[in-house]
Amino acid sequence: MQIAHDILLRSYRSMRTIRDFEERLHVEFATGEIPGFVHLYCGEEASAVGVCAHLSETDTIASTHRGHGHCIAKGVGVDGMMAEIYGRKSGVCHGKGGSMHIADLSLGMLGANGIVGGGPPLICGAALSHKVLKDGGVAVAFYGDGASNEGTTLESLNLAMVWQLPAVFVCEDNGYGEATGASYACAGTQKARAAGFGMPYFDCDGTDFFAVYEAAGQAIAHARAGNGPVMLHVNLARWYGHFEGDAMTYRVNGEVARERAEHDCLKNFRQRVTEVSLLEPSALDEIDTSVKDEIEAAVKAAKSAPLPEPADLEADVYVSY
Amino acid sequence: MSKKSFRQAINEALRQEMQRDPRVVLIGEDIAGGQGGTAGIVDAWGGVLGVTKGLYTEFGAERVFDTPISEASYIGAAVGAAATGLRPVAELMFVDFVGSCLDQIMNQAAKFRYMFGGKARTPLVIRAMYGAGFNAAAQHSQALYPLFTHIPGLKVVVPSSPYEAKGLLIEAIRDDDPVIFLENKVMYDDEEDVPDEPYSIPFGEANLTREGDDVTIVAFGRMVNFANEAADRLEKDGISCTVIDPRTTSPLDAATILECVEDTGRLVIVDESSPRCNMATDVAALVAEEAFDALKAPIRRVGPPHTPVPFATVLEKLYLPDAARIESAVRSVMAYKKTKQDA
Ligand SMILES: Cc1ncc(C[n+]2csc(CCOP(=O)(O)OP(=O)(O)O)c2C)c(N)n1
Ligand SMILES: [Mg+2]
Repeated sequence: MQIAHDILLRSYRSMRTIRDFEERLHVEFATGEIPGFVHLYCGEEASAVGVCAHLSETDTIASTHRGHGHCIAKGVGVDGMMAEIYGRKSGVCHGKGGSMHIADLSLGMLGANGIVGGGPPLICGAALSHKVLKDGGVAVAFYGDGASNEGTTLESLNLAMVWQLPAVFVCEDNGYGEATGASYACAGTQKARAAGFGMPYFDCDGTDFFAVYEAAGQAIAHARAGNGPVMLHVNLARWYGHFEGDAMTYRVNGEVARERAEHDCLKNFRQRVTEVSLLEPSALDEIDTSVKDEIEAAVKAAKSAPLPEPADLEADVYVSY
Repeated sequence: MSKKSFRQAINEALRQEMQRDPRVVLIGEDIAGGQGGTAGIVDAWGGVLGVTKGLYTEFGAERVFDTPISEASYIGAAVGAAATGLRPVAELMFVDFVGSCLDQIMNQAAKFRYMFGGKARTPLVIRAMYGAGFNAAAQHSQALYPLFTHIPGLKVVVPSSPYEAKGLLIEAIRDDDPVIFLENKVMYDDEEDVPDEPYSIPFGEANLTREGDDVTIVAFGRMVNFANEAADRLEKDGISCTVIDPRTTSPLDAATILECVEDTGRLVIVDESSPRCNMATDVAALVAEEAFDALKAPIRRVGPPHTPVPFATVLEKLYLPDAARIESAVRSVMAYKKTKQDA
C-alpha cells in the first residue's frame, strides 16, 4: 500500500500530538489543578488517526467520553482543547463542557459524549444529513466495546442498514468497559453482530497505524460510495486507568508495560517508515520537538487564560427564547 | 453507634438487608468490578465511587450481579425480577443515565400496580448519584428527583446525611413499591454518628433539623446542610428559622410543611434541581393553596438558573444554591412589608 508523504507526516504528527497531550494531562491531573473526570486515549492513537486520515471537514464523527484523540485527529486545535479542560473561557466550548464534551461542529466533530452509546444514533442522523443533502460526506461513530452493549448502538446498526446510510461504526475494543472485561460483558463477537445485521465488517490491529489506515480506507470507501454502512472493529489497549485516579487493580501486573513495549503505535510507525527510508528520522524528530513545544504552550496558555464570566452561566441555553 | 461516612452508611444498609433477606440482590455496572479482567480479581471497584465495595466478596455471584453497559436491559431486568419474587437494588450510577432506560421505570415499574388492578407488587430500589459540585458537567450533574416525583407509582428518596441515608435505604428495600433513591455524590465522605444496628425511617415523615418562629425553610438533600448553616448564621442576628427536610419527595409530608408555615408565616424553599416544575414550585403551590392566609410575605425559592450544569468551577459555584443565597432569601422575606392595605 502506498501512502503519500504528506499523509504520513500529518498522521505521525497527529498521533504524536495525541500522545503528548494525554501524557501531559496525566501529569497535570495529578497536581489537582484539572477539574472533573478525565479519560485518556494513550495507546489508542493509531485508531483515531488511521480513520480520520480518510476524512475531510465535510465528514462527521461522533466521539466518546475518551474523546481527546478523536478531536485532535479531526483537527480540533490543542490550545482550545487544553483551555476547555482547564475550564477557561478561551476553551472550544467556553469552559462549559470540559473534557467529556469537547466539540467543534465546524470541523465535523459532533462532540465527545458523557453518555455511553450516545454517539451511534447521532451518527445515523449525521449520515442521513449527508445522504439527503448529497454532500458526499460520511459519518463515523467511534464507540467502545462497552458501548457496543448499549441498545442505542445495536438499534443504530439496524437503522443504518435499513436506511442504507453512509455510516461507519468504529468499535474501539480495548478489552474493558471501566473495570469490567469485554470477555465478561460482550456476548458473541462484534463480527457476528455485524453479520446479524448483514453489515460488512472489517477488523484491524488498532496499535498499527498502517493496519488501521488500510482497513478504514476500505470501510470508508464502501460507505462513501453509497453501498451502505460498515463496521470497523479495532483491537486496542488503553495505557491508563478508565479515568484518572483508577488504580487498575483488575489488570494483571505488567500488562500495560508490555503494551507500551510491544504495541506502541508511534515507535512502530517510526521503525516502519525509517526502515524502508520512506521518511527520514530527522523529519520525525522535528515533529516530536515541535509538538512538544506546542503542548507546552497550550498548557501554559490554558493555565493563565481568563475564566468564564458570570454572564456566561445563562448564555447559550437556547438559540432564541 | 459510630462515626460513618455517607458511603459507609449506604454500604451497611445494603449489607444488613442482604443478610436479613436472601431475596435482596444487587444489580449494576461495576458494582463489583474486575470480572473478565486479566488480574482475575472480582470486587475490584465496588461501584464507581466504592459504595458497594465488599458486598460481592461477602455475598457472591448469586446475589451481586455486574452488568454490561446496557441500562435498558438491566434496569428492566430489575423491574421484572421485582415483579416475580426478588427484591433487587439496582444501581444506575449517575441519575443522568436514566435517559437510557426511562421506559422501564416510567412505563413499566411505576404503572404495574395500577394498570394491573392492584395485583402487582414491584419491590424495587434504584440507587443513583445526583447533583452538581463535582465538575462533572451537564451529563453527570443533574438533580432529577422532580422527574421521578412527577410519575405516579414511584416513591422518591433524597437523603440529607449518613444517618438519614441508612435508615431511609433500609426502609426503601423493605418497601413493596418501586423506590428511586438518590445520593448526592458530593456527600459520600460526609460523616456523622450512625447506629450499627439496622433501623428504618418511614417515608413521608419530614424531619425538622431546626425549629424557629420567623421563617420556615424547606430544603432537599444536600441543600438541608446549607439551610442549617444559613439558619445558624441568622440565629445570631435574632432571626429564628425552622428547617424542614422532607426526606422523600414522594410521598411528601405536606402536613408538616403546612403546620410550620402556619407558625412562621414565611417560607423559603431550597431546591438544587432545575427551577421549572421542580420541588420548589410544588411546595410553593401547596402552601399558596392551603396556607395562603398564614403568609406574611411572598414565598421565595432558592435554586439554580434554568440552564444545564456548567463545567467550569466558577460557573458551577454560581449555579448551585449555597448558604449565603439562602440567608439573603430569608432576610428578604423578613424585610417584606405589605404595601397595599388589605381591604
Ligand atoms: C449510559 C451510560 N452508562 C454508563 C456510563 C458510565 N461509563 C462511562 S465510560 C464507561 C465505560 C465505557 O466502556 P467502553 O465503551 O469500552 O469505552 P472505553 O472506556 O473502554 O474507552 C462507563 C460504564 C455512562 N457514561 N453512560
Ligand atoms: Mg472499552
